[in-house]
Amino acid sequence: MKRLFPKVLVALMVLGFLGVGTVSAAPLKYAIIFKNTGNPYGEKEMEGFKNAAKELGVEAILKAPDQPTAEAQIQMIQELIAQKVSVIAMVANDYDALQPALEKAKAAGIKVLSLDSAVNAASRQVHINQADPERIGRVEVQAIVQMIGGKGEIAVLSATSQASNQNLWIDWMKTELKDPKYKDVKLVKVAYGDDLRDKSVSEMEGLLKSYPNLKGVIAPTTVGIAAAGKVITDKKLKGKVHLTGLGLPSEMAEYIQSGVCEWMYLWNPLDVGYLAGYAADALVKGTITGKAGDKFKAGKLGNKVVIADGDGTQVMLGDPFKFDAKNIADWKKVY
Amino acid sequence: MTREKNPNATTVELSQPFSLAKFFFQWEWMLVVLFLLVNLLNVNLSPYYLNFDNLKDALPTFLDKAFIVLPMVFIIILGEFDISVGSIVALSSVVMALAFQMGLPMEAAVGLCLLVGTLCGMFNGIIIVKFKELSAVIVTLATMIIFRGIAYILLEDQAAGHFPSWFKGLSWGYVGDVPTILIVFLVFALLFGWVLHKTALGRRVYAIGNNVTAARFSGIKVDRIKVLIFTSAGFMSAVTALFLTSRMGSTRPNVASGYELEVITMVVLGGVSTSGGKGRLIGAVLAVFLIGYLRNGLGLINVPAQVLLIIIGLLLVVAVMVPNLQWNKKRALRHGERKKEGK
Repeated sequence: MKRLFPKVLVALMVLGFLGVGTVSAAPLKYAIIFKNTGNPYGEKEMEGFKNAAKELGVEAILKAPDQPTAEAQIQMIQELIAQKVSVIAMVANDYDALQPALEKAKAAGIKVLSLDSAVNAASRQVHINQADPERIGRVEVQAIVQMIGGKGEIAVLSATSQASNQNLWIDWMKTELKDPKYKDVKLVKVAYGDDLRDKSVSEMEGLLKSYPNLKGVIAPTTVGIAAAGKVITDKKLKGKVHLTGLGLPSEMAEYIQSGVCEWMYLWNPLDVGYLAGYAADALVKGTITGKAGDKFKAGKLGNKVVIADGDGTQVMLGDPFKFDAKNIADWKKVY
Repeated sequence: MTREKNPNATTVELSQPFSLAKFFFQWEWMLVVLFLLVNLLNVNLSPYYLNFDNLKDALPTFLDKAFIVLPMVFIIILGEFDISVGSIVALSSVVMALAFQMGLPMEAAVGLCLLVGTLCGMFNGIIIVKFKELSAVIVTLATMIIFRGIAYILLEDQAAGHFPSWFKGLSWGYVGDVPTILIVFLVFALLFGWVLHKTALGRRVYAIGNNVTAARFSGIKVDRIKVLIFTSAGFMSAVTALFLTSRMGSTRPNVASGYELEVITMVVLGGVSTSGGKGRLIGAVLAVFLIGYLRNGLGLINVPAQVLLIIIGLLLVVAVMVPNLQWNKKRALRHGERKKEGK
């Protein structure tokens, strides 16, 4: 064995050196980092980004860590800086924690934007918002209140506790619930399933156990709503516990058709990624700098305008879309 | 590094003449070779790998957990495990952030972070020696849940941050062209290496790992050493917390989840035997850089995260199997000789 070892080593070294010198003038690289792997919604968002990159004739780099943590995303940002990409589009796991890493990217001349789940205004040049957060929050509360007949206990099953988009929607839900017409509706708990299937299932089971009078659940995340739909179906609680939120039509079709979830909302994740791809391109080409009032053309989505959003700026995709038993059969084939 | 000074060399090996082949056929050399191979592979896979900026900027992303690797080598040589280290990182980081938010100066908050980590480690150690019927795995499994639970109660699912800018420099800063974190790590590595291989304490750790009963009868204060080592693991977890928090600019109760397994992976890959009594610190340190740069290189060619996990898993399987194969071969040989003599 000890005789064989050096030979293997030399062979591997020779093999290794053969690859040198294959670097050529590569096209521009546009990168997107999603929250974590194994999330069908994220796959669609990245696919949309890739489609835009293809139309623009640039190379798309799609990355997602195995765990939905900021630590892992920081590592990926560092890897992208080393690869000298032109632009990084972030779907962030934490609003503030990526700031040092993204500032470093910006210092290296890389454009930074966020989509879907934002990073703070200091870390980004522009944010791509899938829909007006206020509308998402308010519409979901209105939906669940209608389903439970105007009174009873409700709960929220969210993603991670730091997911900036979900937290913003939940804040709007709470604002909507302050309206006196909801005096008989009580939000008992916000649970966090971390966008992991098993954790979402156990959090949902926990909610049902801790609040036996629970009448409705809002799950503003695709992983959470599918997990909740499964738990309600398995425990035969259809009609007793109502469900709405944001879900992928293909995953939720069976629950919408069975009536476990009467209706839900979403936008097209392909379009969110696609819009991010075009916004990234506009940043790289200098068409926009990310200040309010900037305009650019986003391929098949038409013209888009950058608008102010708190300290930063954003581009809005559109209104949330309602999926129910009437239209789900068509949409489940799309995404 | 010479084998005469190797404290875990058994008497059988000492009685044999020095053999160059044997000297090179040590796990640490295998790691050096693996490390070179990984680097060669990386250089060829990505044109961006062999770049001074990349090589040095990759360091802070994997060196933070390496601080825990050092005491974990001691713990595994003792024949124990500590799986609460990730939770200690989270708790000490959260306490530091909260203390700072409440108006404590950052320097004091850093001190508090180190204190909390040390106390958590000491708590582990005391429980382990007081309740001998419980294995360290079970005790630290319990404290893993407790420490993270406290972190969640303190911060209630929120994030805390907004630290002063000098604190950011801890993990992102450089002394000249060398990352600060590398210097701090090397200082700690030299310290732990010196204690393990050059002091009586180190030799006692090996003695306990090889045979705890014999160690006790020969007058080694087993309990005191165990408490000391688990306490040092707590302290080093707090050091990790400092660098990790500095890198992220904010902290949450769920930071550093899974760190315990990554740390144990590095220690085992470093050739430290999980049955205790065997292994050297240099191996674990090599494994830190091996896994770190392997991850970096594969990240540069954008290998999907799951594939990366599989590759590291395979490396670990090899690391655990190879020493066993050697040992089995030796035993089979000896067994065969004895049979011949018997005839």
